[in-house]
Amino acid sequence: MSARDTHGIGAPWGTFRHVGRPARKIDGLDKATGHAVYADDITLPGMLHAKTLRSTQAHARVRSVDASAALALAGVHAVVTGRDLPTTYGVLPWTQDETALAVDKVRFIGDPVAAVAAVDEDTANAALKLIRVEYEPLHAFFDPFESAVRHEPAIHEGRQDGNVSKHVNLAFGDVDAALAAADVVVEGDYFFHGTTHAAIEPHCAVARYAPDGLLTVWSATQITHYVHKALARVLGLPPHRIRVIQPHIGGAFGGKSDPFSLEFLVAKLAMVTRRPVKMLYTREEVFYTHRGRHPMHMRYRTGASSDGRLAGVDAKILIDGGAYSSFGLVTTYYSGQLLTAPYAFPAYRFDSTRVFTNKPPCGPKRGHGAVQPRFAFEVQLDQLAERLRIDPIELRRRNFIGANTTTVNGQRITSNGFLACLDRVERASGWRDRRGHLPFGRGLGVAGSMYISGTNYPVYPNDMPQAGIQIKIDRSGVVTAFTGGNDIGQGSSSVVQYLVAEELGLGLDQVRVVAADTDLCPVDLGAYSSRVTFMVGNATIDACRKLREPIVAAVAAAWGVASSLVRLAHGFAEHVDDAARRMPMAEAFALTETRWETLGATGSYNTPALGGQYRGGAIGASPAYSFTAHVVEVSVDAETGRITCAKAWIAHDCGRALNPMLVAGQMEGSAYMGLAEALLEEHAVNRFGIHRGPSLLDYRIPTSVDTPELHALIVESLDPEGPYGAKEAGEGPLHPAIPALANAVFDAVGVRLTHLPFTPGKVLTALREAGAASSGGAR
Amino acid sequence: MLLKVNGDTHDVGAPDHWTLLEVLRYRLGFTGTKQGCDKGDCGACTVLMDGQPVLACLVLARLAEGHEIVTIEGLAPRHTAAGGDGVDPVQDGFDRCGALQCGFCQSGMILSARALLDRNPAPSDSEVRDALSGNLCRCTGYTQIIEAVRLTVAEQSGTRPPLRAWEHPPEKGSDPIST
Repeated sequence: MSARDTHGIGAPWGTFRHVGRPARKIDGLDKATGHAVYADDITLPGMLHAKTLRSTQAHARVRSVDASAALALAGVHAVVTGRDLPTTYGVLPWTQDETALAVDKVRFIGDPVAAVAAVDEDTANAALKLIRVEYEPLHAFFDPFESAVRHEPAIHEGRQDGNVSKHVNLAFGDVDAALAAADVVVEGDYFFHGTTHAAIEPHCAVARYAPDGLLTVWSATQITHYVHKALARVLGLPPHRIRVIQPHIGGAFGGKSDPFSLEFLVAKLAMVTRRPVKMLYTREEVFYTHRGRHPMHMRYRTGASSDGRLAGVDAKILIDGGAYSSFGLVTTYYSGQLLTAPYAFPAYRFDSTRVFTNKPPCGPKRGHGAVQPRFAFEVQLDQLAERLRIDPIELRRRNFIGANTTTVNGQRITSNGFLACLDRVERASGWRDRRGHLPFGRGLGVAGSMYISGTNYPVYPNDMPQAGIQIKIDRSGVVTAFTGGNDIGQGSSSVVQYLVAEELGLGLDQVRVVAADTDLCPVDLGAYSSRVTFMVGNATIDACRKLREPIVAAVAAAWGVASSLVRLAHGFAEHVDDAARRMPMAEAFALTETRWETLGATGSYNTPALGGQYRGGAIGASPAYSFTAHVVEVSVDAETGRITCAKAWIAHDCGRALNPMLVAGQMEGSAYMGLAEALLEEHAVNRFGIHRGPSLLDYRIPTSVDTPELHALIVESLDPEGPYGAKEAGEGPLHPAIPALANAVFDAVGVRLTHLPFTPGKVLTALREAGAASSGGAR
Repeated sequence: MLLKVNGDTHDVGAPDHWTLLEVLRYRLGFTGTKQGCDKGDCGACTVLMDGQPVLACLVLARLAEGHEIVTIEGLAPRHTAAGGDGVDPVQDGFDRCGALQCGFCQSGMILSARALLDRNPAPSDSEVRDALSGNLCRCTGYTQIIEAVRLTVAEQSGTRPPLRAWEHPPEKGSDPIST
């Protein structure tokens, strides 16, 4: 990290004029009026439509693919199969185990096998039916416990460890001794089911291969840069002959982070046909494409002293990865590495194994890898509180790890507003008067969490900036920022706009943002791991500070005053002590250009060196961590087993809320998504590998009437390294929702739910068992 | 077929099985109407037909003949034609309340909200939730959408909407680190 990477927490010109206010979004009106262009809104002259033929087998060798009849169909322009695109890819350089189309094997029902480009979708669909695929079925794995011990047939051949995708075993301190010495130990098994992103926009990509050999791909991706790299690799093109553009994107949540089959297919088909090609997934294909939350089977032991102080945590986790690696290496580390705050414990061990199964591949979903362990652990904290007769919020307070400290696994914690988060939800929910005192069937539960604001480890190791931005100044007074950061609806382009306006003293209407176009924007690692506000924000300030100096100096020279007497504010360069003395920014820009040269600047950000000194110690290391606490209120119908979540209070330490309205939107959206994972949603296949309900009717994402009252309570800890003190807000606020709900169910009806999702059947079973236990105890 | 969309009559040809959604998007270029599922589950393709919200993916284009269709692109022009300023107040409210994250569901959501306010200018919160329950949103958790409708209603009646949770200052003593 260098001087360019931190900028202090204060306002650049004394007081904030944009930051901290609920400003409009830079693209809000475009979206509200239907003018924002998404991938499927793009139509190019002569454009063909492509469709994918998908595997009907969960695990099989592909003997042959005969596309001759499809090619002969009128209106079909090209068919490609696995042999046309044999190069492997994968988002992580160590696990490149995917191909755009099956080369010799299919690994789940839905795996792409062939693709057709035709004059329209109807013709392409008709052609798919004419392709003959001969399969040789293999034993299919649907149970991760089987994959863990049975190595043959290997889902991915040529690996050392059979069907194990990744194994991580890390220990810090003497866990066995700590647990043996603890006054109380709770132990239990927990299960987190699979869930998926279900962004409302299906994946879509469009490609054009220009006569001069330049390939342009428009894709609904949240990481333009990685798609660019993967296209070059798979297509065998030099990277400088490829341009990737992310148009407006209709939701992502991690589900558009990997490079996807369709991006390679439209590119290849455009190169073959010399015509633009579009592919739009159906909703069913989106469900099979998946990359959602990994199912995890977890066993936890947590020990504490009689006064509630945590002594040690021991975790063993089996992770069901589905058919490919995706981000799974990172998921496996995150399942352990991100548990070590906001509470301190002196001994910790986790043993996580990710295995392959013949199911849709899992990947990163909002809160990547850490949501499942957080559920298990926060339920155990509630069990400890119960055993020790300590209020659950008080127990969490007692174990607060503090600010400016280091976790047991070597992660650096800087700002930490977790105590304030607990205070906010405790007061807002009326916890002290209500928890434990509501009538049977109603209850409150609490949970806490932490999450990263980006990591210091780019997915391909290099020492170049992780975030880059370029700023162009126009004599009309408008400033344009070119950022590689992907705005996926979270508002990252808006954040860039607010920061540029703040730094250069402009109105919001004087700042435009061009984002996520690899030809126009410097490399940025994209929208994942909650990195954008922190890293792109710091790069933006870095670039603006380089511009401020010459502008202020030019104005000061023109006025014959010291530079310290000139400030940029309200669209003017003005005299600090004499408000009447000022000039419009356009004039100041012209003055600066006259004195020196054309105005412009670049800005960058890199993390400091972080992480523990052990293999994997950098995974989960972040320049700043956000903290969250939830209190959730439920009612449980003991006759039907139905849980209704009435209210949720979400307190989140986002460092500084650059726009509190956008922060609140992230908090509410996170909580809603988490609560739905607990109660409504399940992504699973049946015993043949067929998805149980690949539609938005069967996969039940909540409607407006299913969603509880959500109260977003913002806590600002002002992080020393964040842009004006900001940290992430997009993923952290999801984590506590699920355990807080489970803990609320315990307060309501006295049963511990440990296996997600919390269906009425599970509630009734738990109530029946509890009833039998208590009546048995009475005998 | 002759389709009347946003006040203009279009003479348009399309295969018999094409839905109104396909004709709007791929023949007439009204791409503000979104496709999220193509089977009537998500509501992203909601348009107004004679003032009522309908799912364009479930209406055969041919059956829309003789009806007045309004898409999201038609809302602001309709508002200005009626003497209004700028965009429809519902659109403005969504923008001012942060209700537009990815924006993909919001064309349908805004049209459902518009239809509600046209028939009930002062709906309760539960009436708003009911009216929007056919439009799935994956970003917002609906809170800021409800707030946007609430703001629109309040401004029409010259009142102030209630403060949002995050607008309340922290209670005294509860927030030691905040500045």
